Amino acid sequence: MKMSPEAKSNLLDPLIGNNPITLQILGICSALAVTTSLKTALLMSMALTLVTAFSGASISAIRNHIPGSIRIIVQMTIIASLVIVVDQLLKAFAYDTAKQLSVFVGLIITNCIVMGRAEAYAMKNPVGLSFLDGIGNGLGYSLVLIVVAFFRELLGAGALLGYQILPLTTEGGWYQSNGMLLLPPSAFFIIGLMIWAIRAWKPEQNEAPDFVIHESHSHSTGEAH
Amino acid sequence: MIKAKFNEMLALSNDSTKKTIFVALATCLVCSVLVSVAAVALKPMQEANKAYDKKRNILQIAGLMEEGKSVDELFQQIEPRVVNVDTGEYVADVDATTYDQRKASNDPAQNVLIDKSDDVAGIKRRAKYASVYLVKDGDAVKSYILPIKGYGLWSTLYGFIALEADAKTVVGLGYYEHAETPGLGGEVDNPGWKAKWVGKEVYGPDNQVLIDVVKGAVNPASKTAIYEVDGLSGATLTSVGVENMLHYWLGEQGFTKYLNKVRATGGES
Repeated sequence: MKMSPEAKSNLLDPLIGNNPITLQILGICSALAVTTSLKTALLMSMALTLVTAFSGASISAIRNHIPGSIRIIVQMTIIASLVIVVDQLLKAFAYDTAKQLSVFVGLIITNCIVMGRAEAYAMKNPVGLSFLDGIGNGLGYSLVLIVVAFFRELLGAGALLGYQILPLTTEGGWYQSNGMLLLPPSAFFIIGLMIWAIRAWKPEQNEAPDFVIHESHSHSTGEAH
Repeated sequence: MIKAKFNEMLALSNDSTKKTIFVALATCLVCSVLVSVAAVALKPMQEANKAYDKKRNILQIAGLMEEGKSVDELFQQIEPRVVNVDTGEYVADVDATTYDQRKASNDPAQNVLIDKSDDVAGIKRRAKYASVYLVKDGDAVKSYILPIKGYGLWSTLYGFIALEADAKTVVGLGYYEHAETPGLGGEVDNPGWKAKWVGKEVYGPDNQVLIDVVKGAVNPASKTAIYEVDGLSGATLTSVGVENMLHYWLGEQGFTKYLNKVRATGGES
């Protein structure tokens, strides 16, 4: 099957070029919360990708009949229902990890990426493309989560997916684990570094500054203001 | 007829009041059916997962997990009983396999409020009856598994402590549900830390609760080392919570009466 250029860009653009976390700075909250281990990050990524894709598709399917005055509520209802279904599925099929994710699956409802895609894309585009757009954005989110979780789990706990990679000093090895990486601020640092790296690579992502300092003010005149 | 009505509705202008109400109701109806179907259809699997998880935890804490054997098979050697915490007697008229202590602790008819000054574990109320598990070897009881719960830093921790037949030496301790910070308080699940509990004694010579979660590492040369366990680094409040809940549940308010009885009778009463 050959994909149309739009379908392809829907799927691939959000990975790096238009990544929901690093460019749009959406969905940061859960990126901090669930990235202490790779396993929870993977499961959360899967859950969010599914919700974004299916909410995009179903909202797109009824987009011509959603009254403008209640459109956000209709979107929320659909998203919330899908999140509950995903939560129930996880509790039935991945009980242990679902327990670790606890409230964060439920909080996908408030994840800006899902609402953002519904409002910005699914409301105006056909079902298939909206579905792909959801998958693409979900994968973009997943990519960031996985990178962050990789570093946090490896350096914070010396393990990956629960398997010990770096032997810890507490268990007789040589690696002194970095406890800060297990705390939420470290996710900010890692995401910040990622944004820096991506923007150094793709300078077109840099926003124009909100305020430009005028030439005449940039010289110090020595006067007190 | 219904289809004609439906199409007529869809043909209305999106901004008419009628259509708005129609779309709102239809969305709610479809979504609620979806959610209910998922919840009802998956409930048996979720319940089975929960029960399985609990059994597996009990077995792990009692150190009875064996490779290659099913949890249900291993659970055969464990006998669930219900104990009246206030008297320390077994309760005969409650079915131990179906008794739900957590539900009971929230039911005003089956719980007791804990006086603030006694409530070191921070749980406010507890069930009158508790589910205990006896690990049997023939007729003799090998170990007692007691439920414990208490507040850590963010959440109530639910777990078990397993004691040997002398009712004071620890066989194992573990939690099956909590929401402490992963990597810090969440290290209560760390097998390395849980192993530190094995062989410790919770009661002193006069049956007072002496178990102590210390800051840093236990000095093995110290006289009290047998009652002490290393605290979790970076998780002082969780460590304190663990210590407090043990003092509550093993103390006068908790299982002291029951354990005194089983020490005297060897588990049967």
